[in-house]
Amino acid sequence: MQSSEERASPQTKSILRFLRPALNTLGVPLLAVLTAMIVGGVVIALAGGDPFMAYIGLFEGAFGSPKALSETAVWASPYIFAGLAVALAFKGGLFNIGAEGQLAFGAVMAALIGYALPGWLHIDLPAFIHIPLAIGFGALAGALWAAIPGALKAYTGGHEVINTIMMNYIALNMTSFLLNGPMRDPNPLNVVARTPLIAESARIPPLFEGFRVHWGFILALAVAVVVWWLLWKTTMGFEIRTVGANPDAAKYAGINVKRTIVLTMALSGLLAGLAGTIEVTALNYRHELGFSIGYGFDAIAIALLGKNHPVGVVLAAILFAAMRNGGTRMQFLTQIPVDIISVIQALILLFVAADAIIRYIYRIRAREERVVLTRGWGG
Amino acid sequence: MDWRRFGFIAFIIAILFSVVVLIGKAEISPAVIITSMLATTIAVATPLTLGALCGLYCERAGVVNIGIEGMMLAAAFFGWLASIYMNTVFGMAPMPSLIGGVAFAILTGGLLGLLHSVLSVTFKVDQIIGGTVINILAVGITGFLNRQLFFEKGSIFGGNVPHAPGVLPRIQIPLLADIPVVGRIFDQQPITLAAIALVFITHFVLFYTRWGLRTRSVGEHPRAADTVGINVVRMRYANVIIGGMLAGLGGAYFTLESVPSFEPLMTNGRGFIALAAMIFGNWTPFGAWAAALVFGAAQALQINLQFFRESIPPQWAFLQISYIVGLAPYLLTMLILTGIVGKNIPPAADGQPYEK
Repeated sequence: MQSSEERASPQTKSILRFLRPALNTLGVPLLAVLTAMIVGGVVIALAGGDPFMAYIGLFEGAFGSPKALSETAVWASPYIFAGLAVALAFKGGLFNIGAEGQLAFGAVMAALIGYALPGWLHIDLPAFIHIPLAIGFGALAGALWAAIPGALKAYTGGHEVINTIMMNYIALNMTSFLLNGPMRDPNPLNVVARTPLIAESARIPPLFEGFRVHWGFILALAVAVVVWWLLWKTTMGFEIRTVGANPDAAKYAGINVKRTIVLTMALSGLLAGLAGTIEVTALNYRHELGFSIGYGFDAIAIALLGKNHPVGVVLAAILFAAMRNGGTRMQFLTQIPVDIISVIQALILLFVAADAIIRYIYRIRAREERVVLTRGWGG
Repeated sequence: MDWRRFGFIAFIIAILFSVVVLIGKAEISPAVIITSMLATTIAVATPLTLGALCGLYCERAGVVNIGIEGMMLAAAFFGWLASIYMNTVFGMAPMPSLIGGVAFAILTGGLLGLLHSVLSVTFKVDQIIGGTVINILAVGITGFLNRQLFFEKGSIFGGNVPHAPGVLPRIQIPLLADIPVVGRIFDQQPITLAAIALVFITHFVLFYTRWGLRTRSVGEHPRAADTVGINVVRMRYANVIIGGMLAGLGGAYFTLESVPSFEPLMTNGRGFIALAAMIFGNWTPFGAWAAALVFGAAQALQINLQFFRESIPPQWAFLQISYIVGLAPYLLTMLILTGIVGKNIPPAADGQPYEK
């Protein structure tokens, strides 16, 4: 195809060549967010609110004060982990819709280690052992939960999209059983399905006195760096990306494709499990039924918005956290229900996923590598 | 769809039915229990059947649709909303409002089908991501509007959920419904009956009409179809929109036929299970219906046990069989996808955008 780039002068050519990657990696997501905000503003106006007031409220609520900043970081912590989980799977050519179930399973396991070790078995551990133990088992539970659909994909061809969704419902059913039954908070005043509080020794402390933001946020940032290192600086990461880009080529290059698929899913589940673990050990100090709902889809949106790159994922997670956190202030100022945030986020996802629409509106050309997910169902 | 798989389906349904008969109270005759199970199974399989038919039209034309869940959820909400508006704001009688609601649900599904085809056929977005977008969009919009219209002060209904015009009435099939005991099976609501009729219609359309042949050719080998002058893009658009309308009718089941109310996330994964039913039915209407009945039977078991089972001591209440049986549809879906129960053969061009 004859592009205008070939006809342009050398100077324009070099500028274009310099700008194109930047436009591709930053431009489309930013324009997608912008477009979604504009469409969202129209919706707010139609619903009888003042869009400018709404967005000012959103910004104030998210970044306006130290407390707001702290709460945004609190929201961002699980989002970063869950977003990284989906992004890592995408890099390996897998679509993990099951972050929600893996997160719930990790949270249940972390809560179990947190309260049952001292409560049931009377093992009192110092914090420097108890906290890593709870986090480790929570992450492991998530990894295991994701490895099942991974193995089904690798060895039977069962499509991971449907299998991870099914695993979500199984996890929801099982946590509902556990939190209503054996793991239910025995406090007679308790009427909801939740676990008892975890022991003091299993709690991750806050970063600053008086604020809820905790070390889990720092851990999330550190894990983002680890994921980047793993994907781009290790053999394992190279194998994951190769299998994701072209499984046939990977096979001829001598990579064990099936093992890599299971491993990718397990790592992805591990990250999702960490999201649940952090919520339990650093924030709520217990697991409550239904808290995990919605994280899976948010994580997909975050991964796609962040272009499946750890840096992008962190930025996208902070954006989504800011919207969730600032939504309350927005509702206070404009009487528009917080649920509008879900609409805006869905629009962001729409425009990021269908980047062709954004390219069409803003006349950005060029394509880049894209992950092929639709490969037919079943075995 | 081979007979082995139909046999497997019959076997699973038989097991689920016997569980209810075995656990049920001794004084209730098995005939009553089985009849009730059959009637419930057929009724609750309705959204699954319609969702599976939606998937069938889309995938036979070569477009993967995992947005069935979102299409049904959105249709459930907008159909319900339309029926309430017609009933309370425009003062229409309950029956016309309900029918109008169903029409709106179908329209909503069709529009989302249009969105899916714009994304996946025109913009060639990865079809699984396109479907996910529809799912998330449906959750966001229905949640927002549900709150904005009904639960906010100063909203149109002043913070109260208005009275819904009820649910669609039952239709007794003449003669069949008059048979003692068994007659209850033939006493069903209109969307359920329509779903069964649509299974037969879809079979006829797909395998005995020119439209069906063209649809299948576009899904198997779009280039060949294009060469002989079939408009691939138009066929895909039309079939995905038809599929969306069927999913819309399935959505109407939730709020206009099953219960007269809407709850956020009320489709509860039924769209995904419908997709699994379509795969298990090996992309055939009768197979998909049979598979939908299996999932329906698992759900009917949960519902019927509440009526027929002896009460259990409260300290064991948490160990409800519903948790175990509740897992059955999901585990079964995963089992089916492994291909152990016969190989699943999708249309050859399923999920691939057509580049001219």
